Amino acid sequence: MNATAYNFAYLDEQTKRMIRRAILKAIAIPGYQVPFASREMPMPYGWGTGGVQVTAAILGPDDVLKVIDQGSDDTTNAISIRKFFAKTAGVATTTSTEQASVIQTRHRIPEAPLRAGQVLVYQVPIPEPLRFLEPRETETRRMHALGEYGLMHVKLYEDIARFGHIATSYAYPVKVNARYVMDPSPTPKFDNPKMDDCPALQLFGAGREKRIYAIPPHTKVVSLDFEDHPFSRYRFDAPCALCGADDSYLDEIVTDDRGSRMFVCSDTDYCEGRQAAGHRGTESAAPHKERVHG
Amino acid sequence: MTTVAELPAGFADKVLSAQSTFRSVMDAMARPGGVQRIRAQAGTPAPMMHGTAAIALTLFDHDTPIWLDGAMSATPDAAKWLKFHTSAPVIAEPSVCSFAVIGDARSLPPLDRFALGSNEYPDRSTTLILQVDSLTSGPAYELTGPGIDGASVLQAMIPANLLELLAINATLFPRGIDVVLVHDDAIVAIPRTTRLAAYGA
Amino acid sequence: MYVAVKGGERAIENAHRLLAHERRGHRDVPEISLSQISEQLSLGVDRVMTEGSLYDRELAALAIKQARGDLIEAIFLVRAFRATLPRFGTTEPVDTGTMQVRRRISSTFKDIPGGQVLGPTFDYTHRLLDPHLAEEGAPEAPVTAEPLAVMPRVTDILGRDGLIEPSPEGDADTPVGDLTREPLSFPADRDLRLQNLARADEGFLLALGYSTQRGYGRSHPFAGEIRFGEVEVEFFAEDAGFAVPLGSIPMTECQMVNQFKGSATEAPCFTRGYGLAFGQSERKTMSMALVDRSLRARELSEEIKAPAQDEEFVMSHSDNVQATGFVEHLKLPHYVDFQSELGLLRKLRAEFFEASGRAEPLQEAAE
Repeated sequence: MNATAYNFAYLDEQTKRMIRRAILKAIAIPGYQVPFASREMPMPYGWGTGGVQVTAAILGPDDVLKVIDQGSDDTTNAISIRKFFAKTAGVATTTSTEQASVIQTRHRIPEAPLRAGQVLVYQVPIPEPLRFLEPRETETRRMHALGEYGLMHVKLYEDIARFGHIATSYAYPVKVNARYVMDPSPTPKFDNPKMDDCPALQLFGAGREKRIYAIPPHTKVVSLDFEDHPFSRYRFDAPCALCGADDSYLDEIVTDDRGSRMFVCSDTDYCEGRQAAGHRGTESAAPHKERVHG
Repeated sequence: MTTVAELPAGFADKVLSAQSTFRSVMDAMARPGGVQRIRAQAGTPAPMMHGTAAIALTLFDHDTPIWLDGAMSATPDAAKWLKFHTSAPVIAEPSVCSFAVIGDARSLPPLDRFALGSNEYPDRSTTLILQVDSLTSGPAYELTGPGIDGASVLQAMIPANLLELLAINATLFPRGIDVVLVHDDAIVAIPRTTRLAAYGA
Repeated sequence: MYVAVKGGERAIENAHRLLAHERRGHRDVPEISLSQISEQLSLGVDRVMTEGSLYDRELAALAIKQARGDLIEAIFLVRAFRATLPRFGTTEPVDTGTMQVRRRISSTFKDIPGGQVLGPTFDYTHRLLDPHLAEEGAPEAPVTAEPLAVMPRVTDILGRDGLIEPSPEGDADTPVGDLTREPLSFPADRDLRLQNLARADEGFLLALGYSTQRGYGRSHPFAGEIRFGEVEVEFFAEDAGFAVPLGSIPMTECQMVNQFKGSATEAPCFTRGYGLAFGQSERKTMSMALVDRSLRARELSEEIKAPAQDEEFVMSHSDNVQATGFVEHLKLPHYVDFQSELGLLRKLRAEFFEASGRAEPLQEAAE
């Protein structure tokens, strides 16, 4: 039995060409989901195969890669994907948002502002924002073709009638460049405003559903809402217990079985950077150990 | 008659050259009007410019029908080179091509002769590779749209009627034509969302 | 003081080491060999090759061993390997009419040219656990039957009288689709549907096929023929200018014969549902044939009202590698979305209790 030698960044060149062409069309038609012949990857569907394929198609030897899951570089799936690229492409990896040229993410947008030249690659489970209103691809495709998004507004309005709010807290739909309604992937709606007019290129890969879409830099991205019920972000109203940040999205940590809990930044790089700069929360260890990036 | 042995070479390092060329094209598409450079070295069949050849080696294959304009197909060199290095079929009918390679920008046909995609599948559309006389000097144009922070200015020698031809993109969106301008190793993309006007007009 | 969880990389490595240890089982027990799996768990190997879309017994056996007998995991391993293989071209269509038949039965005619050949089958075994198999021992040598033979297909016999629709002819100008190379779009033609069904999870097809028998899109099927045996695989070599035989592989084919009442333009005739798989895969090919016929509802102007007739539903959910990935991805952390949902729920509850004038119950109060 022969051991197989894999290509740079795992994918064969034919597959990369196919994905690259899809990425270019995705950028040219912001928010439109380009079908692509997603390959079977050596990790399960639903675990980032779309993001991994997009990253593999763009990654070069000069890139510095950061991979996060839930905002953290240390979650097991983020580690697994980072190791995959370190092994197959030999690229430098980092946990620093600032130093990364390509950031692959699941469920979060980093807190630190992204800059021009960076690429943010999202892992997407269900790319179709209308899927839970209309399960049929043939129907949702027609709706996008006609720009017919009444159904989505009806759904959001029904929420308001029933709950007094739009009861969508993550994967909150956005409209891109005043044309396509798009699923931002299951990021908390706290992150939605970061997509608007972002200097970085945002690419979205859905492997199982075989779709790639994109938001070019400096593109208008608006969270759907109503004049009398404007979009609002949510974060638990507390400072981070480790770094004291009052502007970051927080993880809720259950500390015992008697109802005690604490809140810490979900973006570990952001939190550690603040701690290194001397910021302290109620629970932070001091003196803080310097964290080595790279 | 050219034999295979006499054809100009492809990329020396297929994998990394294709990657760096793609990143230049991706950056160009993501930042319309901005000039990107193709750094990878590749052989170039006349009358193809360096950037055109590198893009072809990066994006063309047997799944992408290619249409060549009169200037590109004046001699069989370019078609032969494409066939040998990319396996892409060179076809006579522009309305179904994935890429159209235009050697003489002045005789660019009306854009509705190319694939514009459908409203359901606007991605099934032609990308034009258009060789021009300069991407750094010449009349100034102002570009606006996604990818551009406010407005960007491009100085280029492009065909006088390109603005007129590209107007089709504004009316047909999401259908449309995406253009990559090439001069030597410089490229500039004008995707269908970009609005182009004479600067100061 | 709180310290965020670290050391995930180490944890992953340790987990994989433990997995390898558990896979091996007790070290006093001899390690299972690939040839043992291939020879003695051969139907599992057949399934892994079929749903893995790769004919390679040794690799399938390796996948089963590595997956600790979890066939869907083994199929996944084979698929991921397959995706890295270079593609030289496509083989000529296999001709099951020239199959060297090892088993062949028809439920539509009592006797047929070539006869009914039971072959190696669980059919008519009494499902009584056999204590002898708990110990090593050699079974009796098989009674040598007639050598493998070529026999006409039952559907060809029906076809001579025009009683059944002909099999569609291949069209050289329209290459057969490949959903592993081109993104699927709907409506999908039969070539892509059959490819999807051949790769589909056997259990999913079994349940769908069963549902058609119970009235959810009834298609009045008869098992026209099920045949299992060796077929030649040929590859058209452009350099040579002719088809080169690559060898022969065992395959199972099922042709269901289904009622069709005819339409304004078509005379009543039987229609076909088709199933084909690597190795001996009868349940799979029979289920596949039932679902293939159901999915032809649009083409035959039948009313589409049952799940098995709905190509988007069937084709989008039939692949067990996709399905298991997405179901199991729920194991991955969803902290940030859950936190967002918690926030929303707390807000809605606070508003509910405020509006109703009741006090919000506190967990602590119950203790």
